[in-house]
Amino acid sequence: MTSPPPPWALLAELTHSCPLHCPYCSNPLELVRRSRELSAEKWADVLRQAAELGVIHTHLSGGEPLLRPDLAAIVAAAESAGIYTQLVTSGVGLSAPRMSALASAGLRSVQLSVQHAGPAASDRIAGYRSFAAKEQAAAVVRDAELPLGLNVVLHRDNLDAVDAIVDLGVAWGAERIELANVQFYGWALHNRTALLPTRDQLSRARETVESRRQQLAGTTELVWVVPDYFDGVAKPCMGGWGAVSLTVAPDGGVLPCPAAGALPDLEVPNVRDRSLEWIWNSSPAFNLYRGTEWMSGPCGGCPRRETDFGGCRCQAHALTGDAARTDPACALSPDHALVRALAEAPPDDLPPDDARRYVYRGPRPARRERSRG
Amino acid sequence: MTGWRPALARSVVLRHDRVRRADLLVLPERVVILGGRAADVLRLCDGRRQVGDIVDELAARFPGAPVAAEVPRFLDRVREEGWLR
Repeated sequence: MTSPPPPWALLAELTHSCPLHCPYCSNPLELVRRSRELSAEKWADVLRQAAELGVIHTHLSGGEPLLRPDLAAIVAAAESAGIYTQLVTSGVGLSAPRMSALASAGLRSVQLSVQHAGPAASDRIAGYRSFAAKEQAAAVVRDAELPLGLNVVLHRDNLDAVDAIVDLGVAWGAERIELANVQFYGWALHNRTALLPTRDQLSRARETVESRRQQLAGTTELVWVVPDYFDGVAKPCMGGWGAVSLTVAPDGGVLPCPAAGALPDLEVPNVRDRSLEWIWNSSPAFNLYRGTEWMSGPCGGCPRRETDFGGCRCQAHALTGDAARTDPACALSPDHALVRALAEAPPDDLPPDDARRYVYRGPRPARRERSRG
Repeated sequence: MTGWRPALARSVVLRHDRVRRADLLVLPERVVILGGRAADVLRLCDGRRQVGDIVDELAARFPGAPVAAEVPRFLDRVREEGWLR
């Protein structure tokens, strides 16, 4: 077997602990406890192995990575391995001294999450009073002269504010604003009814982003991550299974994407037991949906199979129970009616800004353990 | 431009990738794979050399190459991308 091309990026989930409780969190429903987290020494080893393997970028994320007191040591390990580091943070805990320690350790850039343009709404969606800390964090990053990106997950409760969100990003000095329509896995799948936007909302927001993009050309980059339930086109999830990047969970489990832990029968390899090289090149988990040979149905003979890679395995599993089927987001999928029905469903009765609509992220889901829609 | 001493923007890293045997510009959310002699030019952008110095050094190193015509244009293009300051 020839080796797959080397990975470009490693998402390091340093901890699943977080002061925020966003109802669409990309962490799994079963959060890793702090006692099972990898040590800074082990992270340093993982990052050295990642560099050897070809990883160029690492996104130091969580949870909230600032909750790790040894974060600067992990940044320094990545930097000395030659990997470009980006901190992905809620901003809570990013004081000027902390920023300065991280920058001295070699941190290259910061991506800050924002839930809404308005303080009250942002705090309500996050389930935690954090807007003031975010504003402060943005200023601290700017003072340290590091590039700042904003990431905003878009859904029913904030899509109408997209213009104000762009204004906020510009005012806070962001070079890049990622407007990511919510993807339905894990916590977001659990909260799908509350988060699903209407088609009208989406088309208004899309127009706004298009005009703001022209207006801001050359100053602030606007990235729009498509709402795949509505577009009839499957997204090229992760650039293909085991093709571009890997995710290392707080306990050392390694996955092709942050959501893949929810797939049944996927034996999750762990850096405590195996080398990253073996995990990337040879583990059954990373080879399961690699390339195009596993495809069946409409994907097998489709000219787009090397463009969208059959869409998302986690979404195929969440909606059909079979991770090897064509992503139902694709209009060519025999299961596409499932997605259409969800996208056209009338919204529930509660107003979009009613916090009772959410199951907030926490140690365990409040209502049910499994997330089958 | 006269007097300009090109340097990589703060968030941009120029590095060689041993695994892919390629020269890269690494930015917060992207990687640019450098072709041809781009990396040789950018390695001289240290904030001390002026454009003329860079042209002279490259002309000495690559005799016969159209350095004087192409390098200033290339540097301007890279600056427009925001990767040089």
